[in-house]
Amino acid sequence: MKQGRGQSNTKNWNMVIGIALVSVVLLFVVVGLFWTPYEPTAMSAALKNKPPSLLHPFGTDYMGRDILSRVMDGAGRTFLISIVTVAIGLTAGVLVGAFTGYYGGIVDEILMRLNDTLTSFPSILLAIVFVSLIGTGEYNIIAVLGVVFIPSFARVVRSEYIVQKELDYVRNARLLGAGNLRIMFVHILPNTRPILLSTITIGLNNAILAEAGMSYLSLGVQPPNASLGSMLSEAQTYLLSAPWFALAPGLMIVFTVLGFSMISENIGKKNG
Amino acid sequence: MRYYIKKVISLIMVLFLIMLLTFIAFQVIPGDSALSRLGVDAEPEAVEALRESLGLNKSLPERFFSFLSGAVRGDFGNSYQYGKPVGELLSARLSVTVWLAVLSIFMIIAVSVPLGLVCSRKEGGVADRIITMVTQTLMAVPAFFLGIVITLIFGLVLEWFAPGAYIAPGEDFGGFLRYMIFPAVAIAVPKIAMTVKFLKTSVLRELKLDYVRTARSKGNSERAVLWRHVLKNALIPVITFMGMVIADVLAGSIVVEKVFNLPGIGRLLITAISNRDYPVVEAGVVYIGSVVLIVNFIVDLLYQKVDPRVRIK
Repeated sequence: MKQGRGQSNTKNWNMVIGIALVSVVLLFVVVGLFWTPYEPTAMSAALKNKPPSLLHPFGTDYMGRDILSRVMDGAGRTFLISIVTVAIGLTAGVLVGAFTGYYGGIVDEILMRLNDTLTSFPSILLAIVFVSLIGTGEYNIIAVLGVVFIPSFARVVRSEYIVQKELDYVRNARLLGAGNLRIMFVHILPNTRPILLSTITIGLNNAILAEAGMSYLSLGVQPPNASLGSMLSEAQTYLLSAPWFALAPGLMIVFTVLGFSMISENIGKKNG
Repeated sequence: MRYYIKKVISLIMVLFLIMLLTFIAFQVIPGDSALSRLGVDAEPEAVEALRESLGLNKSLPERFFSFLSGAVRGDFGNSYQYGKPVGELLSARLSVTVWLAVLSIFMIIAVSVPLGLVCSRKEGGVADRIITMVTQTLMAVPAFFLGIVITLIFGLVLEWFAPGAYIAPGEDFGGFLRYMIFPAVAIAVPKIAMTVKFLKTSVLRELKLDYVRTARSKGNSERAVLWRHVLKNALIPVITFMGMVIADVLAGSIVVEKVFNLPGIGRLLITAISNRDYPVVEAGVVYIGSVVLIVNFIVDLLYQKVDPRVRIK
């Protein structure tokens, strides 16, 4: 009994810390959409590689650009890419998962075999293949990661539908004359929400890491635009003379991912 | 036996599928690769001759067949950029990537098994709480950022290694290993965190089962119960998990190779993409893809060896 209470306390703390971390990051991002202390791409020869100061809290980079402004702008771009990516993966994944899980049959069999193969591949490798086909850039990376994330969403949704379609409420709905489409999207879909929520938070994390990785490899966001990954790639060259340049975007990624994973774990535990 | 045959056939089918998909993917790239190599204002005769020598004027199935038979023999044609056979380029860089993967997988297993057991020995205890907190944080650190931090601390501040100064194994094998430890740690640490967490869940699940009570009541010490009875069973799901980790380690090495300036397959692949060196990209993808599949295949076999129940499924 005592142990149980202690555990639920730590879990709540996890949720609180998680929400706090994500809120701090979101504050940066949302403010950054409307206002940054300096123009993120404004260069200055006099301000090259300056350490953090009152005027530039995170210091300046090798082109004299304000790192705080660039982190705000870059985190916003990383977030936007991740959210759109997850939205694409989620929408397509829900459609594929719902139809295959609900109807089953040969199409399901083939799609799921393909799905198993795709999900056994690291997502960054798939993304690299697609990028090599359609080219680098901000919009391409959204399309690529969106497609890459479809299988994992489809898989989760499908297994949920397989369980749900046998439940009494679905039979009742059918008896009341609801059509298949209505059952799938009006009756079953809302009941997959808990699973979807934790899948979405994990998906956001994966998308942020994938975007950062791709941009770090210069396959994603292109200069002079900033993203957390591309900033890290630039920062590496100036690691000795300006270590703060790498720390700001890197810690931003760590806080975001840590925050989301703490939240998603809490959602997951509540359901299971 | 039937189980093995089925597994092997499905492996071959998926490998075939990968080659087919890769082939198709690189056929739909807009533009004529002969034209793009020679430039738009090249002589039509020269373009035609190059198409001939590249085999581009054959029909699609014919080209797929020659791609397939080449791929099986490890022959992917010549790199556009280096003019050398792709197989040669790949095998020169293979040892770096393999060493990196082997070192990090070794670290993952050597560190996460003891840590996972310590955590589950006293759930909610001080050791468990500290390890859980640290692992949760480390899981959120991408390998390439960790690599940058390692470079900063151990390379630039403590000067334990010279960042970017990769030492070839043929030159000085000890130096090579010493250099490789740092990228291997960068890849291993986030995965260790994940494995500890996974192993802990698995051990805790096992500890609730009847055989554990039996083992305890026979007078086994808690340590003996954990190491001799529980660990064996708790590791079964971890085998599958390790299959995923190995795939991730390979993917992670693509990025980490850039951080530490290692001449591995990942670097080759990235350079090839930016130079539109398609034969190299094709080969790299087929190569990493096959390794991932074969690792998964071995994992499946191991799994049914230790848990024969899966064969019935």
